[in-house]
Amino acid sequence: MSTELSDDEILGKAYDTKLMRRLLQYVKPYKKIVVIAILLNILVAALGPLRPYLIKIAIDDHIVLKDYDGLLLIIAVLFGALLIQAIVQYLLTYFTVLMGQKIIFDLRVELFSHVQKLALKYFDRTPVGRTVTRVTNDVESLNEMFSSGIVAVFSDVFVIIWIFIFMFSMSWDLSLVAFSVMPILFYATFLFRKKVRETFRDVRFHLARLNSYMQEHVTGMNVVQIFTREKQELKKFSEINNDHKIANIKSIFFYAVFYPFVELLSAVTIGLIIWYGGGEVIQQQISIGVLVAFLQYTEMFWRPVRDLSEKYNILQTAMASSERIFKLLDNKTFVKEPDNPVQLTNVRGEIEFKNVWFAYNSGEEVLKNVSFSIKPGERVAIVGATGAGKTSIINILTRFYDIAKGSITLDGTDIRCFDKRALRKYISIVLQDVYLFSGTIKSNISLGSDKITEEQIIEAAKTVGAHKFISQLPNGYDEEVKEKGATLSVGQKQLISFARALAYNPQILILDEATSSVDTETEQLIQNAIEKLLIGRTSIVVAHRLSTIQNADKIIVMHKGELKEEGTHQELLTKRGIYYKLYQLQYKDQELIKTS
Amino acid sequence: MIGSLSNLNKYFARYKSRLILGITFILLSNIGQVYIPLFLKESIDTLQKNISTGIIQKYVLLIVAASLFSGIFRFMIRQTIIVISREVEYDLRQDFWAHIQRLPLRFFQNNSTGNIMAHATNDISNVRMFVGPAVMYSIDTGTKFLIIIVIMFSLNSSLSLYALLPLPLLSFLVYKVIKKVHIKYTRIQEKFSDLTTSAQENFAGIRVIKSYVCEDYEIKKFSKESDEYLKRNMDLVKLQALFQPIFYLIAGISGIIVIWKGGKMVIDGELSIGVITAFIAYLAMLIWPMIAFGWVANIVQQAESSMKRLMKIFIEPYDISDNEEANNTLFEIKGEIEFKNVSFRYRDDLPWVLKEINLKIAQGETVAFIGNTGVGKTTLINLIPRLYDTVDGEVLLDGQNVKEILLNTLRKNIGLVPQETFLFSDTLANNIVYGTDNDGQELIDKVSDIVQLTKDVEQFPHGFETILGERGITLSGGQKQRATLARALAIDPKILILDDSFSSVDTHTEEEILKQLKNFMKNRTSIIISHRISTVKDADKIFVLDKGAIVEEGTHDELVEKGEIYADLHLKQLLEEELKEIN
Repeated sequence: MSTELSDDEILGKAYDTKLMRRLLQYVKPYKKIVVIAILLNILVAALGPLRPYLIKIAIDDHIVLKDYDGLLLIIAVLFGALLIQAIVQYLLTYFTVLMGQKIIFDLRVELFSHVQKLALKYFDRTPVGRTVTRVTNDVESLNEMFSSGIVAVFSDVFVIIWIFIFMFSMSWDLSLVAFSVMPILFYATFLFRKKVRETFRDVRFHLARLNSYMQEHVTGMNVVQIFTREKQELKKFSEINNDHKIANIKSIFFYAVFYPFVELLSAVTIGLIIWYGGGEVIQQQISIGVLVAFLQYTEMFWRPVRDLSEKYNILQTAMASSERIFKLLDNKTFVKEPDNPVQLTNVRGEIEFKNVWFAYNSGEEVLKNVSFSIKPGERVAIVGATGAGKTSIINILTRFYDIAKGSITLDGTDIRCFDKRALRKYISIVLQDVYLFSGTIKSNISLGSDKITEEQIIEAAKTVGAHKFISQLPNGYDEEVKEKGATLSVGQKQLISFARALAYNPQILILDEATSSVDTETEQLIQNAIEKLLIGRTSIVVAHRLSTIQNADKIIVMHKGELKEEGTHQELLTKRGIYYKLYQLQYKDQELIKTS
Repeated sequence: MIGSLSNLNKYFARYKSRLILGITFILLSNIGQVYIPLFLKESIDTLQKNISTGIIQKYVLLIVAASLFSGIFRFMIRQTIIVISREVEYDLRQDFWAHIQRLPLRFFQNNSTGNIMAHATNDISNVRMFVGPAVMYSIDTGTKFLIIIVIMFSLNSSLSLYALLPLPLLSFLVYKVIKKVHIKYTRIQEKFSDLTTSAQENFAGIRVIKSYVCEDYEIKKFSKESDEYLKRNMDLVKLQALFQPIFYLIAGISGIIVIWKGGKMVIDGELSIGVITAFIAYLAMLIWPMIAFGWVANIVQQAESSMKRLMKIFIEPYDISDNEEANNTLFEIKGEIEFKNVSFRYRDDLPWVLKEINLKIAQGETVAFIGNTGVGKTTLINLIPRLYDTVDGEVLLDGQNVKEILLNTLRKNIGLVPQETFLFSDTLANNIVYGTDNDGQELIDKVSDIVQLTKDVEQFPHGFETILGERGITLSGGQKQRATLARALAIDPKILILDDSFSSVDTHTEEEILKQLKNFMKNRTSIIISHRISTVKDADKIFVLDKGAIVEEGTHDELVEKGEIYADLHLKQLLEEELKEIN
């Protein structure tokens, strides 16, 4: 748990070559867009800095020389350049975002598909919310990097390069004077980033403290109230809240200093240009137009420089998210598949457990040396107290987990030799907690399988006796299922899950009977449904109903992970062993209800 | 102020003088800033007249000085307005928490922790963005905009008119685009939440999916959702990508007009090149306010809906609090409890949980409640410390309705050990003395002895100073239960209520604790809820609850004799014991 928890606290480096290389793998399919984007970037980056240059020409060659027609021509060129810049900029944004969206789409679907393959062991250990966050928010935070981060870095760099080229081509010594302030800017930015990172860490620490305090106390609010500690807790809260505030206020200082300082530097640069360039103008070494252009370039130059340093944050978040995403993608908790799976055809449904040992966590055996066999078409009930190992038998039969020792065979072949998904096509499970998905009643029965026709769905519902209540719903089979079927009763949900199992028409059926009590009428419906469900197939039932055990061909009695008794209801009762006690404990009451 | 944000007025009022100071700083800083292009103009014009470099140097110094002047105030703006926003954030969060703490249990059961946390973090942070950056930038850009326009007109009104001509169009387009962007953005958010739900349902129902081999279908379904999400994003981008080009295009056109019309004026000898330079510099200054406009509008919108959500919580009623008739001279409680025709249900549209309960517990007595899950045992005892109030009938303590006893007095005299063990991520010692101001080791040792925790603690790395929870050690279920029991004993309550507090403790330890408790419980009223016969059998009186009503009462022997529900339970537990013995 603790190592998993620290996952969400990964702050991440701003740049990690290995992670970056892996991330760039996802860009590969869109190489063309990237190349085009970079080319467009070079173009668009040139168009911005071109304008001050054109203005210089306008001033020097036309305005000063009083050539109005020439001025009009330059104006037309300026306008053309501006228009092209706007159009290219639009296309550029559109296509880079499209690329970013496609990349995160790919990554998201890959991640989701990967999770589908993970073994139940992973889900047992990981809260659902955490996996959801990986697939949604973490992937989302990469979006910014792909769609604005990377490309914008290129664009910033190219703008800077173009400005350099234009400035140096006009006057290299004035350029040197203008750039003389640069080292100070770089140093200031470096210092600012460092300070901000430190305070940011501080802020983050206090924010985490604040959040975990609130999280904890919202969860335990009843304890606070029962012990009337509201006053004391409010004091504690205000301390934490205050620390958070102070940390934030401290970080304001650095922003408050940095931004004005950058503007001051910019003013100093302007001053230098006027002072040095003005001298040159007087000496007629440069024209007045050059001076005006330089003033515009300084204005233009600071923005990409500042932007570049801001990309740092985007990169940092993206790195942290990608680290978590890749960690999940690298999680190989799979149930092993055979290299050359045996084909499953004409399954008869003969099952045999031979000396099976099984543990969820090694060392804590939940099944110990369990052996039994089931003939095709036989109906077997498994009984036992809580924790006796009933559910584990189901779990290993469908290879949700693999066993430690022994073997399980289906029609004489070890189930580990089959592709597990092929195996599951022949075995349906009806779980104790009915799980309904958002969608319609119909889609909850077919579970999206296109092999199951609407007629089959209705037929299955009719057979289990669910048709009546379904057709009474306002939209019948197309009635929307919301919030895991909150509007349906427990019994109705069960009937739907029976219809689901029946629609799949499996050779082998596993039924984990629900313990929750329902009214007599529903109980009767359910019992009839179970009868119909089990007819003509091999079935294994974790039994909680008296009727189920009475109708079983064979009963397997589990106790503390071992198979203790085996036989029919009557045989086992006369034995007066564990089964007899279990019967009195769990089933006898139902007999009383029945007779009364 | 618009809509829900007017609720912030009282917070702003607290910092009124500093806020006014901050606005003054904005004005001063802007004045410094707008002087720079003027000095530029002067220096360019001077240069054209070919005069000595001395005057140029003066302007250079003036430019740097103006920037320094503006910068100092810019520093002070952040130190006032942004700092105020953090203060308001603090105040708001403080008020939020003080309010949350007083809300009844009902609120916490109807709202998930995640939901409440989202209000406390995201919503408050959105409001903060409004109070700080949004207010700062809108005042800053607004005033700057006005000053610059005035200066431009004073320099050359006809050129200003030409240059500013495209700007209303810009504002109009921005307004149009933002409106549409908002709609599309909402559509994206909806899809994102669908996507989250899809993933959530899939992962939670993974057993079903694996059982029915629906992985491929699920992947296809998820891809389709993701694709729709992509499409909606691109739909927005189509519009959003217009922003930057429109800005640059319109601002650029203004610049071109300046060169064009201004150039003509220069050619005609009506204008100096310096003015053109100043105009170009001013237009560059105006672009940012235009961009900020959209950004600020967005923040305001978010803050507005966040504030609305926060207000929804702020108006949640306390339900359970001291009423005016509360007896505020009563601080001592003896411990006699009586339920008179008590009925209870959680909501008007839900079935009754308790139906006309009548019972009496004498001072110093030990009584037990037994019955299946969901028969109303926990609900019943929760009425005593007023975690809920009765719907019908009354609960009396020492003959007085609990609603007329000060909440503080009432709860300080009741030691309730709730069913769900909850300990704070603090030291074990602090957890034990949580409810009392006495944190002496003597007390900790005493109660730990009673609950059989002392031996366990010896194994902990730092004894009682060991930190529990995520950042410390994880206690076993039984240890947790014993620690919560110790916490209740530490407040030396007149009434002790144990709600199924031994479920994770093994029977042997339980027996030991019960033996020790006997001494502690002398002269105190005790109520024990349990599923286990072994826990309740020694009680002075046992109540059997079924479907919200008391169906049997008496001592262990009496009830076994009676041969009904209790006797049946007793028999079954004996059977279970026997089963457990078998190996």
